[in-house]
Amino acid sequence: MRRIYLDHAATTPVRPEVVNAMLPYFADSFGNPSSLYSYGQEARGAVAEARIKVAELIGARSEEIIFTSGGTEADNFALKGIAYASEHKGNHIITTSIEHHAVLETCKFLEKRGLKMTYLPVDKYGLVDPDDVKKAITDKTILISVMHANNEVGTIEPVEEIGRVAREAGIYFHSDAVQTTGHIPVSVDGVRVDLLSISGHKLYGPKGVGALYVRKGTRLVPLMHGGEHENRRRAGTENVPGIVGLGKAAELAGQEMGKEKVRLAYLRDKLIKGLEKKIDHIRLNGHPTKRLPNNVNISVDFVEGESMILNLDLEGICASTGSACSSASLEPSHVLLALGLSPEQAHGSLRFTLGRENSEEDVERVLDVLPGIVAKLRAMSPLFKTRK
Amino acid sequence: MPDTWSQYSKKVMDHFKNPRNVGEIENPDGVGHVGNPVCGDIMELYIKVKDGIIVDAKFKTFGCGAAIATSSMVTEIVKGKSIKEALRISNKTVAEALDGLPAIKMHCSVLAEEALKSAIENYLNKSSKKSSRQSR
Repeated sequence: MRRIYLDHAATTPVRPEVVNAMLPYFADSFGNPSSLYSYGQEARGAVAEARIKVAELIGARSEEIIFTSGGTEADNFALKGIAYASEHKGNHIITTSIEHHAVLETCKFLEKRGLKMTYLPVDKYGLVDPDDVKKAITDKTILISVMHANNEVGTIEPVEEIGRVAREAGIYFHSDAVQTTGHIPVSVDGVRVDLLSISGHKLYGPKGVGALYVRKGTRLVPLMHGGEHENRRRAGTENVPGIVGLGKAAELAGQEMGKEKVRLAYLRDKLIKGLEKKIDHIRLNGHPTKRLPNNVNISVDFVEGESMILNLDLEGICASTGSACSSASLEPSHVLLALGLSPEQAHGSLRFTLGRENSEEDVERVLDVLPGIVAKLRAMSPLFKTRK
Repeated sequence: MPDTWSQYSKKVMDHFKNPRNVGEIENPDGVGHVGNPVCGDIMELYIKVKDGIIVDAKFKTFGCGAAIATSSMVTEIVKGKSIKEALRISNKTVAEALDGLPAIKMHCSVLAEEALKSAIENYLNKSSKKSSRQSR
């Protein structure tokens, strides 16, 4: 059976061009970039080139890019790095209730160590109000962290306005741009961001590599101590193949993004409209227009997400859900609850995130298969009966 | 089937794909409602009892793959059992009959046990009311 992968927000396949770019740096040009001889120079040159490519994608200078092990490390680094470096200035961080766990759990960690957190609410579409950010600022606020776009519902946040609020108040602004970098334009000057998190495997690069953009002059304490790598900001011998892969992926994304986001948005809208037409009692989660070009998130009333995912998988379709049943915690998605969904609606959520390999045919296949799955599950749902 | 769901046994997948005894029983002798939407599982279990033997059982479930499979399995196990025997069916009985469940899904088997107990309790309450009415 042909498998249809519709979970690109979770991870993406590494592009063949990226794999090819990486291959020489495993066994041939394997040197340590810190070494002085030719092997080291080759590796050092490759890392420098990748740094330029990543910087170009987001309109930054290459010396403002710090390579990390991924988006999670970038988020941890930004939050803890600023918190530790700004201890003398204040102890308050403003973030939102719909951040990725890499931000939220880091905030909770810092909270346990005495920092004060404000978790801003969002509206029913998942939008943060820049006025709420402004109102939450105190003379102890050291950092504002708001994601560029939400990974679950795809809502694109008004980060430009939030960046302006932060700039006017003289407070550092961090944005988790893991879901947007390489997919929609990201400009560190347009957003007026001081720190920005990037992940390799969300843009057809390899896993285990990411980057943190740090605006020149931003003071932050390193997470990793050791050698003088990454301009003394992140110790550890560079993941050269990974970094090269991220660089190549960033380069290709920059070249193709303009066309690709239009193509994906067309497929996204076709899928949303088709689902709304073919299945009753469903709702679109997230913003109808301010949303990632590849994200479809719906709640299907009266049925539970994991059972839909399982049935879709039996048909070769890979998607995800915000249902608790798919997690160890048994709590439904914090994002969907923050949007005001009832627990049943959160349990009945489905996320399809499109990508490069998807075609119109894939969308049609979902539209052919899902209505039957929903009908089958509704027929055995006690919730459906009570509403009939 | 792709082996991505290898956390579920073949038996769980079989009962998930082809659940037995889905539906409601008209004029049931006992009904059990358990679970709540917050935790994401709701089960309804219906039983028909004749001469102290559970002759039919059906279910309706809102929940994950394991919840559907445990509901299906418990209705299979309970058919033909006396009330006394049925009360001895535990969540372990259900999980073992399915060749095990992933640890984080064990609560689904607990829910299946509770649904059965609640249906039997409902039956016993009804029948004790009936008999007290008759004796009057």
